[in-house]
Amino acid sequence: MNTQTPADYDDDAPLYEASKKIYPQGVSGTFRRIKWALLFFCLGVYYFLPFVRWDRGPHLPNQAVLVDMPARRFYFFFIEIWPQEVYYLTGLLILAALSLFLMNAVAGRIWCGYLCPQTVWTDLFLQVERFIEGDRRERMQRDAATWSPKTWGLKITKHFVWVMIAWWTGGAWVLYFSDAPTLVRDLATFEAPFVAYLWIGILTFTTYALAGFMREQVCLYMCPWPRIQAALTDADALNVSYRYDRGDPRMSVKQAAKAKAANEPAGDCIDCNQCVAVCPTGVDIRDGAQMGCIQCGLCIDACDTVMTKISRPTGLIGYDTDQAIKAREAGTKPPPVRIIRARTLLYFGVILAVAMTMLYSLATRSLMEIGAIHERTPLFTVLRDGSVRNNYTLRLANKRPEARIFTVAIEGIPKAQAELIGVKPIAGQPLSFEIGPDQTLDVRLLVTAPRGAFEGAKTMIQIKATDAALGDSRVIRENFFGP
Amino acid sequence: MADTTHNTHAELDAVSGQTTTGHSWDGIKELNTPLPRWWLWTFYLTIIWSIGYWVVYPAWPLISSHTTGLFGYSSRAEVAQDLRDLEARRDLQAAVLKTAELEQIRNDPTLLRLAVARGKAAFGDNCAGCHGLGGAGGNTYPNLTDDEWIWGGTLADISTTINHGIRWDQDTNSRMSQMLAFGRTGTLKAAEISTVVEYTRSLAKLDVANGADLAAGAKLFAENCASCHGDQAKGNKELGAPDLTDAIWLYGNSRAAMIETVTNGRGGIMPAWTGRLDPVTIKALTVYVHSLGGGQK
Repeated sequence: MNTQTPADYDDDAPLYEASKKIYPQGVSGTFRRIKWALLFFCLGVYYFLPFVRWDRGPHLPNQAVLVDMPARRFYFFFIEIWPQEVYYLTGLLILAALSLFLMNAVAGRIWCGYLCPQTVWTDLFLQVERFIEGDRRERMQRDAATWSPKTWGLKITKHFVWVMIAWWTGGAWVLYFSDAPTLVRDLATFEAPFVAYLWIGILTFTTYALAGFMREQVCLYMCPWPRIQAALTDADALNVSYRYDRGDPRMSVKQAAKAKAANEPAGDCIDCNQCVAVCPTGVDIRDGAQMGCIQCGLCIDACDTVMTKISRPTGLIGYDTDQAIKAREAGTKPPPVRIIRARTLLYFGVILAVAMTMLYSLATRSLMEIGAIHERTPLFTVLRDGSVRNNYTLRLANKRPEARIFTVAIEGIPKAQAELIGVKPIAGQPLSFEIGPDQTLDVRLLVTAPRGAFEGAKTMIQIKATDAALGDSRVIRENFFGP
Repeated sequence: MADTTHNTHAELDAVSGQTTTGHSWDGIKELNTPLPRWWLWTFYLTIIWSIGYWVVYPAWPLISSHTTGLFGYSSRAEVAQDLRDLEARRDLQAAVLKTAELEQIRNDPTLLRLAVARGKAAFGDNCAGCHGLGGAGGNTYPNLTDDEWIWGGTLADISTTINHGIRWDQDTNSRMSQMLAFGRTGTLKAAEISTVVEYTRSLAKLDVANGADLAAGAKLFAENCASCHGDQAKGNKELGAPDLTDAIWLYGNSRAAMIETVTNGRGGIMPAWTGRLDPVTIKALTVYVHSLGGGQK
């Protein structure tokens, strides 16, 4: 470090660092094709999933994926989640986090480079920009020159297309929260609720701003994930790497021929800078693994194209580990690529355990529920003949899409009588009643036990709800208090 | 000692090309890396935004008031509006309850739910002070969840009681009766009171003192008590005279409490609620109290 005198300290330096505009160049190759395929797949799922139908009978919505806020239900094909089952969402988030760990341990920032919405939408926006304004060189020249009417026209066209894509993104978002075909019609006829337009506006703005302008700034400054990567990667993880053992020292084809003739070392990298030109975050992969690299693999495609042109073997940049490159540079045998190792096995094992637990609980969950709240004021009531009554509020849930008949019964105190307030008895059965499809019902339960039928101040009873037609039942244990 | 003197040790960091802030914490130095431009602009925008906020919303305290802002917003006015909206929504429900008969509400689960929700809130505001939150009563206030009703436990009886109160002078339709202060007025002597109390205890199957003259007690009971409480002491709801043979004793069934009752008489008072509460709320209260568990057909 150079020690400066206080006088040299520049207190008037700008408060910000102007972002350097990046002009990523178009590229073709294996990884570009993979990215296109994933882009079409991800956007296709996002835009069209709300229109997929799934029949759930006459009482429930038939949208395959629906977050029904007013009715407090979440539908995902054959799965229906009630608010109290939100732990399935927690489970999904745990799975997502673990999957990110696993991806990172196997091949670095696969998420960042291929799947992250920021990457996918930025990729799409860049392609629109390239299509309208031309490739890197053209765009740089045009931006550097005074804006001509043509430039204005191109820019306006580009921003219009961007806003249209952004608007469609916001439009698709709200379709997940309401019946999609109905909402599309309501939106078109301006009859949709204000909140729908508001959310479309918010998402249009964020998409336009994030994919059109912020781009790599999101990855560099806003996203916490690049920082977490550093803690998750290890020596065995595959990363997009410049193989400096083969590339350095860098020199032109002619210089390399001269050097070889003079029996001096010559690397394969001709310093053409194509890897930097195509990079969507503007980093130089040859500087090694770095925070700004989202590992999308486009530099691999760019380098392979150049290597093919100058008849050198491809793969100067590729998925590799630093320890392998170091070993090759030192002339020793590189360690084998180990995808299966303690770390990946552990992640995979935990993912499997969480997924199986969730599947098991989902497959075996009951489609009826019973809950009871014991009346606290009074805890119990003594009746005229000395018998004792306890009151409870029962909440019963029917999670099936059709109406069912539940029967309530009390066990634990012989001769205890039960009475329900707030239901219409079915077929002369005072403890049987109907509960509508996909609904909950609160009823008041009075349990009366004759004097001497129970001992002590507190007895445990079981309140049982049975659906005789389906043979389904749920039991809850509650206290019965006495004097 | 850590040196935290400002700007005296600003350095150029060779690796990043940035200067340091000049601060040093136990040898750890901080780079003075500039912020990205958008970040700074966002920060400035929030400041500009806050100025707009001062203009349109209440912001600055004055001597005895505050700036009200162009929007004239007030959180208190918002609450008042919310309450008015709530009342309007309740009035819609009230319309259904207004026209329905008590029996009809009691037997229709949907109407019952409405009435119980409304009744429960009204009960908490108006009745719980004496009868307890769940109607448990206690300490000379009747328990409303049991099956002993001094003045009757049908929907109609409960409705009358709530509307007109008990021994409430200001309501001519109030339920009126008075248990005499047999001891205080000299009608019965202390020994006679003890005798009649022992007899009453025998009716209620409570323990009776050894050597108590039950025959004399029976005679005293027939002469003084039976006119209201009945020959069999089963009570009389017309007169608000409780059943003396059951397990429920509003004023206690210890000997001392019973002697106190006979000596000084009893007569709890409940205010009439007609005029204080609107008819729909009283209807809802009636159904709610009836649904607590003790309601009678």
